[in-house]
Parts: sequence; C-alpha cells; structure tokens
Amino acid sequence: MSSPSSSSALHRVALCGNPNTGKTTLFNALTGSQARVGNYPGVTVERRHGLLRGRDDVDVVDVPGTYSLTARSADEQIALDVLLGVDDGGRPGPRPALVVVCVDATQLARSCYLLIQAQELGARCLVALTMVDEAGDAAPDPAALARALACPVVPVVARSGQGVDELRAAIGRALAEPPPPVPLRWTPSPALVEKLARVRAAFPDAWPVSDGLALWALASIGDDELDHIPPAVRAAVAVAAPDARDDDEAVLGRWAWLDAHVAPLAERPPDRRLTDRLDRVLLHRGLGLVVFAAVMFVMFMSLFAWADPAITLVEDLFAWVGGHARTALPDGVVEDFVVDGLIAGVGSVLVFLPQILLLFFLLGLLEDFGYLARVAYLMDRIMRSMNLHGRAFVPMLSGFACAVPAIMATRTMERQRDRTLTMLVIPLMTCSARLPVYTLVIAALFPVGSFGGLSTQSLLMVAMYGFSVVTALIAAWVLSRTVRPLRARRLPFVIELPPYRAPRLRDVLRMMWTKASMFLREAGTVILVCTIALWALLYFPRELPAEAPRYDDLIAAASARDAADEVTVLERARDQALLEHSYGARMGKAIEPAIEPLGFDWKIGVGIIGAFAAREVFVATMGVIYGAGDDEASLRDRLRDERTSAGARAYPPLAGLSLMVFFALACQCMSTVAVVKRETGGYRWPLFLVAYMTALAYAASLLVFQLGTLLGF
Amino acid sequence: MSSLADVGRHVPVTIASVDGERSFRRRLMEMGLVPGTRVTVTNVAPLGDPLEIEVRRGRLSIRRHEAAHILVTR
Repeated sequence: MSSPSSSSALHRVALCGNPNTGKTTLFNALTGSQARVGNYPGVTVERRHGLLRGRDDVDVVDVPGTYSLTARSADEQIALDVLLGVDDGGRPGPRPALVVVCVDATQLARSCYLLIQAQELGARCLVALTMVDEAGDAAPDPAALARALACPVVPVVARSGQGVDELRAAIGRALAEPPPPVPLRWTPSPALVEKLARVRAAFPDAWPVSDGLALWALASIGDDELDHIPPAVRAAVAVAAPDARDDDEAVLGRWAWLDAHVAPLAERPPDRRLTDRLDRVLLHRGLGLVVFAAVMFVMFMSLFAWADPAITLVEDLFAWVGGHARTALPDGVVEDFVVDGLIAGVGSVLVFLPQILLLFFLLGLLEDFGYLARVAYLMDRIMRSMNLHGRAFVPMLSGFACAVPAIMATRTMERQRDRTLTMLVIPLMTCSARLPVYTLVIAALFPVGSFGGLSTQSLLMVAMYGFSVVTALIAAWVLSRTVRPLRARRLPFVIELPPYRAPRLRDVLRMMWTKASMFLREAGTVILVCTIALWALLYFPRELPAEAPRYDDLIAAASARDAADEVTVLERARDQALLEHSYGARMGKAIEPAIEPLGFDWKIGVGIIGAFAAREVFVATMGVIYGAGDDEASLRDRLRDERTSAGARAYPPLAGLSLMVFFALACQCMSTVAVVKRETGGYRWPLFLVAYMTALAYAASLLVFQLGTLLGF
Repeated sequence: MSSLADVGRHVPVTIASVDGERSFRRRLMEMGLVPGTRVTVTNVAPLGDPLEIEVRRGRLSIRRHEAAHILVTR
C-alpha cells in the first residue's frame, strides 16, 4: 500500500465518529471512488484513506468507529494513534491537520463525547452534523452548536450528498485558519492535576504536551494490551496510580458539560416510531425468532445453493480454458503445469468469489439496515454461553457453506479477541467441501439400512452436521478458557441498536468489491502458490520403476487399434502408477505408521495430503490412486472391495467413521489457513489453528478406531 | 435501591451509581451511563437476556449481569 503521508505538502484529515453515525457513507462521499483500503499492522481493522475529492493535497483517513478514545486493546488504540499521527509500528508521523467528527443529530450529546476527547488532545476539530434528515426539525441549530463546541459545524445528509460540498469547503477553510485554543471543559482536582503533570513529564518528544493525552494515559494504561507505549510513560502512570475516582472526574466532568451545554440544543427526541414498530415484530418473543430463522435460512441457502450456478460456471470456465490450453500446448511437463497447476490454481482462487460476493452483499444490506446488531441481541444468550460474541452467529452459520467467506465475515465484530476466537472455530463447521468426501465414504463403506424409517446413510450425514456444531461450540468454550489472548474479558458487552435505515446500494456494493479484491490480492496469491506446490508434490518425479509396463507404447498401440476402452484403462493405470511413485505418495507411505492406528493406509494418507488443496480433492486423488479416474461408482466399489494382505476388508465401516471424524476436525484446507493468516495479520494464529485442529482430529479418530476395534465393530 | 437488571419494562429510573472493575465501569460511563442519567428498560430479548435500554435518546443492548452493576432509583 502506498503511503501518501510521505509527501510533506499533503494535509491529513482524520474522519472519526461513533458507530452508526453515517461515517462510512460520508467517507465515500468525500473521497469519491479513489479510496485505498489496507490494514492497520497487527490488527484486522481496515485502514481506509483517500484524497478529498477536488483536492489532491488533502488525504482523508477513516478512523474506525468508536465511542471513546480510551483504549485497552491494540485495536481500540488505533483511533488515538491516527489522531496523534503515530504511524505503522509506533513511529511518529504527521499529525492530522484536522479532525472531522461525525456527530449524529439524533444522538447529539452521546456523539459529542468523542469530540470533546479529541479537543482535549489539542486536535483542531470540525463537526459534520449527520442524520439531519432523520432528525428533521428536532435537529439542533448548527450555529448554536458551533458556538457551544467552539468549532465549525456543517450539517450534511451523506446519503443524498446534501451538504457534502459545503463540508469540503469548510475543511479547506479550517486547514487555512489557525485553530482557536479550546480549554478543558471541566476542572480537574489538585490531586489529578498533580498526576497529570507527572505523566506529562514522562512523554517522549514526539508526543504533544497536553493534559488530554496525559488523561488518556492515566485511563488507558495498566492491565492493557496496548502497543508501543514508552516504558517511561508506563512507569509514570504506575507511580501516579490512577483509580476509579480519577476516571469519575474526567468522565463525569465531560458529561456534566455536555448535559449543560450541548444536550439542551436538541430539544425534542428523534422520531423512532418506525423503528419501534419494526422492532415490535423483529424482536418479538415468537415472531422475531421466526423472522430471524427465515433471514438466516435465506443467507444459508444463498451461500449453500444459490451460489452454486456461479461456482459451477467458474469451474466450467477454467475446465474449458484448461482443455483449450491442453490442445494448444505440446504434451509434457509444461502442459501439465499450465493446465493442472496454474489454470486450476487460479480457478481454485476464483471459485471462492461467488460466495464472498454474495455473503458480503447480504451482510452489507443487513448491517446498513440495522439488523446485524439485532442478530447479536437475539443470539447473545446462546453465543455468550460459549464465550462467543452474539455477532459470531452469522459467520459461524456461513461456515456451513465455506470457511473462507465466513472467516472474512468476522470483521463485523469490533474486538480482536472475539474475531480470533470465532475464526478458530469456524473451520470446524461442516463446509460444503466436506460433503463429497462424506458422500463417498458413506456410500462406499456403510451398509444400506434403515433406522426408524430413515436411511442410516442420511442419518449419518445429519449426525456429521450435528457433530460439527457441537465440536465448534465446545472448542470455543475450551479455547476461551485456556488460551490467554482468547480469554473473555470483564468488559461490558454494550452494543447500540441503531434505528432501521434503508441500505444504500452504492456503499454495499463498494464494500463487497473491497472485500473481494482484498481476498484476491492477499489470500489469493497464497492459495495459488499452495495449489501449485501440492500439484507438484503429486506430479513429480514423473518416473516409473524399470519393471513397470511401458504404458505410453501400450496406449499408442491401443489407440492405433481404435480401442477407446482399452486406452482409458491403460491411461488410468499409468496415472495410478505415476501417482504411486510421486513424492506425495512417498510422504503418504512415510506417514502410514502414524495413521495406521486410525484405520488408514498409505493410500488414504495420499488422499489426505492432496485434500489440503481443498477437501473435495480427496475424491479425485482417490479416484486416480484406485485407477478409477473420475468414475465415482467404480471408485466406491474399489474402496469397498479393497483387501489387506491378510484378506480382510481394508476399510471396514469403522475406518470410514474414523475417516469422516478426521475430515470433520482436521484443518486440511490451505485456503482457510491463508485467509486466517490474512485476517489476523501474521502466522501465529493460522499455525495455532492447524496445530490444534490436527491434534484434535488425530486424537478423535484414534479414539473412534481403537475404541471401536476394542468393542468389536 | 435496586439494580437496572431488576426494574420492569418501561419504568423510567435514574442511575445512582455504577460499580464493578475499573475499566468495566469506565466503559459503561463513557457510553453515557453516568449517575443522574435517566434510563428505561424498553425490551427484553426473546431468550431472556440481554436487555434493551433507552439512554440519552439511543437504544443499547446490555447483558443482565452487567446491568446488575448499575444501581438505580425510581
């Protein structure tokens, strides 16, 4: 990502505000279509910035929505870092010349709290008074508000663009004029003054000497997870020993001022009749849950079934391109690399796009409408019992379709801890890529029968779904109790239930496109490289032992005789022999002693290695290894008829169950790993994910197979 | 004096004090739940928790055990 801050002529303007104040819409209106989206380092919070439309010397930075600048975790610290101009990795950079604070006209006093904190830090502020259309004649008089807050106020309706030109002009004027000094709005006690002076004295040179920042340090530092706080400041805060009385002074002081000077400017409460009417249905004890189930069903079906034609289209397109490349290129390694490695690899990245686009389209609509906050409200009771956030419900549900978009959807949660915990359990949900594996194993290894009028085979499938939900919830509970960074904090879970608003299609589509392009850019490359590496593993060395039949000559002879069936058989036998001698198969044989106690032989081992590209690849790998090609019926027969050297069934139903348990719990999906790496900004969590899921899968399959054997199954 | 978790729906009350661990109570207070503020429990989630409250013209969702830290008077 390029960093415009390197140019000295550039003015930086920070755009901040509470959540749900129309900040994103305003940012889009101010910057037009040229905004850049990246990540803050180390935390998965989007860093959006772009040039102010019509001004190539003003860079607008979107600060993540927040109610207060006080921070306890690294992601909450971002707002302060932007206002202080602390750049990536804690280096001091240019401080923003201006802070534009979105103040919701319907929530006047509440949204001015953040403004007061920014002013205490010595920031030059400008108020964008949003939602004036919703407030109607209950909106405050901008001139009176400007006098009270000692900064310019511009009313805007970001959705329609009304007032945006005036806001841009006001930003230009504010940048040109010297800012008026804003005194503290409340009087600290002598004891607090002393503490502030002590902390201020320990500030590094790059920090502004302000009481506001000293207050921030007193409130934020101590029992925190903040980054790059100088040790001297930490030490000074420890000596000052701030307590709840200091918090009271500052917080109550600000509110007292707001109640006296700002709250009276909005005389009448906003009209919430429409929202109240909708909530009477959507949050109703019975009806609300019915609507909720219906909405979730639509989300689930859209990912599970409706995205299917688009997914098939992508697959067919790449098969078609691959087919043409195969005819165009001369036979050999290059041809196989281009078709099976490169083209198939790009296809395996793009195949995620339909679900990602669809999920974020629906999420964007629901978020903007105000329903996602209600989902958290409705589901909090259930999710909380597993120490999960109420908002984890939608991502976990999406996990039934595919973990990749589901993990990306964890961004709707504001805390890093909630996001990480959810990401770690989503891959346990039965994604659609497991279905072909379960279908094959159930059809091949389990006898047809019925139980209570239902076929045992379909009951097994349902059982696998149930198993995945239970393990995901238990895993969340255990992880949140054992892994320190995932422990539930005692912080309140207070979320806002915003008024219902019509979603703005342009913002939704823009967000959808941003997500998709970030996925392609950052996770896509990793997935492509892994696909090619796995292809090479199962392709090379491309040599057969000397005693093997000379397949190529035999195939040539058979095709000369026009014996098409014989050609197919010979080609399958050749591919089988080549795969058996590939590096991947050697790895499969090497791990055979380790997986034997689970009931697997080296052939399953190769299938498991190949499945790391995507779980459904297991079916194709087994097809090649059993010389069945893509004929699934014949593969099923061969799996059923496979015998060990002792003559017993190589895969009894118990081995099938063990295999399904393994597939349910193991993290054999490099796309998931790539997306977790991208979403957590490092290798720590993806490695942890692979380690814990593999250990869990191994232990559970071992238990199933050994216990089953012991019980005589 | 009772806590916010015990008051009935649509009964306006006034916050008397907020207790709990330091960063916990500060977070609540910064969202506007300070002593002297009028609060009303407007709804209870279908599963019995959390509560929907109206405070400073906004609607917030708060868990029962958190609301228990907010003492209120009629």
